[in-house]
Amino acid sequence: MTPPRDVAVVAYARTDHQGPAEGLSEAETLLPVLHEVLDRAGLAPGEADFTCSGSSDYLAGRPFSFTLTLDAVGAWPPIAESHVEMDGAWALYEAWVKILTGRADTALVYAHGKPSAGDPRDVLTRTLDPYYLAPLWPEPASLAALQARALADAGHTAGPDPAADPLAGPPAVADGAAAVVLAAGDAARRMCGRPAWIRGADHRVEPHALGLRDLTDSPSTRLAAERAGAFRAPVDTAELHVPFAAQDVVLRRALRLDDTVTVNPSGAAAGPLMVAGLIRLGEAAARIHRGASDRALAHATSGPCLQHNLVAVLEGDA
Amino acid sequence: MSREPVAVTGIGQTHHAAARRDVSLAGLVREAALRALEDAELTWADVEAVVIGKAPDFFEGVMTPELYLADALGTAGKPLTRVHTAGSVGGSTALVAADLVAARVHRTVLAVAFEKQSESNAMWGLSLPVPFQQPLLAGAGGFFAPHVRAYIRRTGAPGTTGTLVAYKDRRNALKNPYAHLHEHDITLETVRSSPMLWDPVRYSETCPSSDGACAMVLTDRAGAARAPAPPAWLHGGAMRSEPTLFAGKDFVSPRAGRDCAADVYRQAGVTDPRREIDVAELYVPFSWYEPMWLENLGFAAEGEGWKLTEAGATELDGALPVNPSGGVLSTNPIGASGMLRFAEAALQVRGRAGEHQVPDARRALGHAYGGGAQFFSMWLVAASPPVT
Repeated sequence: MTPPRDVAVVAYARTDHQGPAEGLSEAETLLPVLHEVLDRAGLAPGEADFTCSGSSDYLAGRPFSFTLTLDAVGAWPPIAESHVEMDGAWALYEAWVKILTGRADTALVYAHGKPSAGDPRDVLTRTLDPYYLAPLWPEPASLAALQARALADAGHTAGPDPAADPLAGPPAVADGAAAVVLAAGDAARRMCGRPAWIRGADHRVEPHALGLRDLTDSPSTRLAAERAGAFRAPVDTAELHVPFAAQDVVLRRALRLDDTVTVNPSGAAAGPLMVAGLIRLGEAAARIHRGASDRALAHATSGPCLQHNLVAVLEGDA
Repeated sequence: MSREPVAVTGIGQTHHAAARRDVSLAGLVREAALRALEDAELTWADVEAVVIGKAPDFFEGVMTPELYLADALGTAGKPLTRVHTAGSVGGSTALVAADLVAARVHRTVLAVAFEKQSESNAMWGLSLPVPFQQPLLAGAGGFFAPHVRAYIRRTGAPGTTGTLVAYKDRRNALKNPYAHLHEHDITLETVRSSPMLWDPVRYSETCPSSDGACAMVLTDRAGAARAPAPPAWLHGGAMRSEPTLFAGKDFVSPRAGRDCAADVYRQAGVTDPRREIDVAELYVPFSWYEPMWLENLGFAAEGEGWKLTEAGATELDGALPVNPSGGVLSTNPIGASGMLRFAEAALQVRGRAGEHQVPDARRALGHAYGGGAQFFSMWLVAASPPVT
């Protein structure tokens, strides 16, 4: 699909916590990030036409956890606002669609995650099939290990190597927040010297049951990339959301990334839960903003063993 | 810029009950989704994307359940979105799905909302634990009753208005085979003598806790042209949010609700909602919220909402029928309750509401709210396509 309207990421900000944000509520974690991103875009709090966020009640340990972060947004007078119980990358997608309808020209998108409120290894087992899988409490690393073993058996990786742990993931308890501002057409050009134009975005899901999937492949990533137009021209940069190191090879193959592509120049392939995907989009956009990339691919994932994948293609003007 | 007109061509809901022990979560959402597809005479293959909405995941004890439900909703290889905007989520889910069609990203989208509240205790699920809230409130009624009292004090409404609403909605539910509560022996006297739960809200003036789901097929002009039955056309839709608590917040008539309605009416070209809207499905979890929303939504002047209720205007055969389906007071699977309001509004303008059909309904409002009376979503649907 070719978008009917030029929409760009014009500003991006994130927290820099490497671990738990001790003593900070989600709203307190979010507030400086929102200040920074709105400053960059030249927007006042509440001025964006649409606001959309991503987060999870289960990480916070309370229902409706996102409602109190509205205090950091400045939702007075009332704002047009929505929320996905997903990584913020999907909030960005919803906001992008809202701008495509013409009902908004600008949007604030943010995500926050405070997994340090619990033990994510336990908490994340609650996202599995509640009848057949969740009662076994398989933690994410255990499921990723099945994928790593399948990759090794298929010859895609060398197999377990103590020096390069295929299960290596991010510190499980990184808290944080990230935000971007989207804008259409001339508004985008006013707000940013080199807007990161969203040339396409798409996301696809796969069956939940691992037994129904080929864990050495990611057809949903490939299909999302096709629909987002990623294969129409080569990209110079890819920001991939890789919760576990062994999944890197799956994504590179699905996205047909060769050695000419700079992968994850931001230096990390994951980040705080519910925020990591939005960070990939933000980092890819920031690289275009500063002229280090002309055409970048950004990827976000959700669910066990890359069940759900989102791909966006961003470009800077020549 | 041009937007694709959005039509509702399929509507389905489950039979609602305190506990649907006969179905899994997947079985529950499939029951509603299959009815919606059957109504539209479509199959899973015709659906390009699925949008799922529900309230807090703690209600079922399943985190991000859409990942598990992807298989049951035929979503493999398709986009799947999960919306959560508190109690307004059913409405918001429909609007997110509508945007996908309006922006021409997809041609046909399935919107599904559900809650299976029997999996946990919703009242305590709604009572936030310390340190997030002081340990004084039990359930949503504890939160909203003071605001009802403020409404009564502000308007001088007689203390009996709420019981009239409950008596009406519960009788309307008798004409809706899908409703959770079917109280065949109800009288105004049994409502008025039911136990006081949160003064002034009595037991019979309180929504039940339900298991249930609702689904809708939203499609573009071409999809509407192929539909086997008349569609409902979207003429306006909006969401508005404001913070939970702040100095000067008007809990009786929140500004976010007024702004949201004004946006919908502007999109739909409605200037006099009382006369131009034939029927309204409003999110009324506690009886008194009917007169309160009548004012907030511009159907009555400030302080006058209770008079419409007292005069019988909101009865099924009144000048402005409100909640002919029986409403949230008769059926409340929280995550689906907003979508049920949107879907019942659409059923009315399609002329397919069965026994609770309002004759000649041409324009209907679907309304949902959530959180601390802070999240609003609404849509206005009509029997005729919008003028583009």
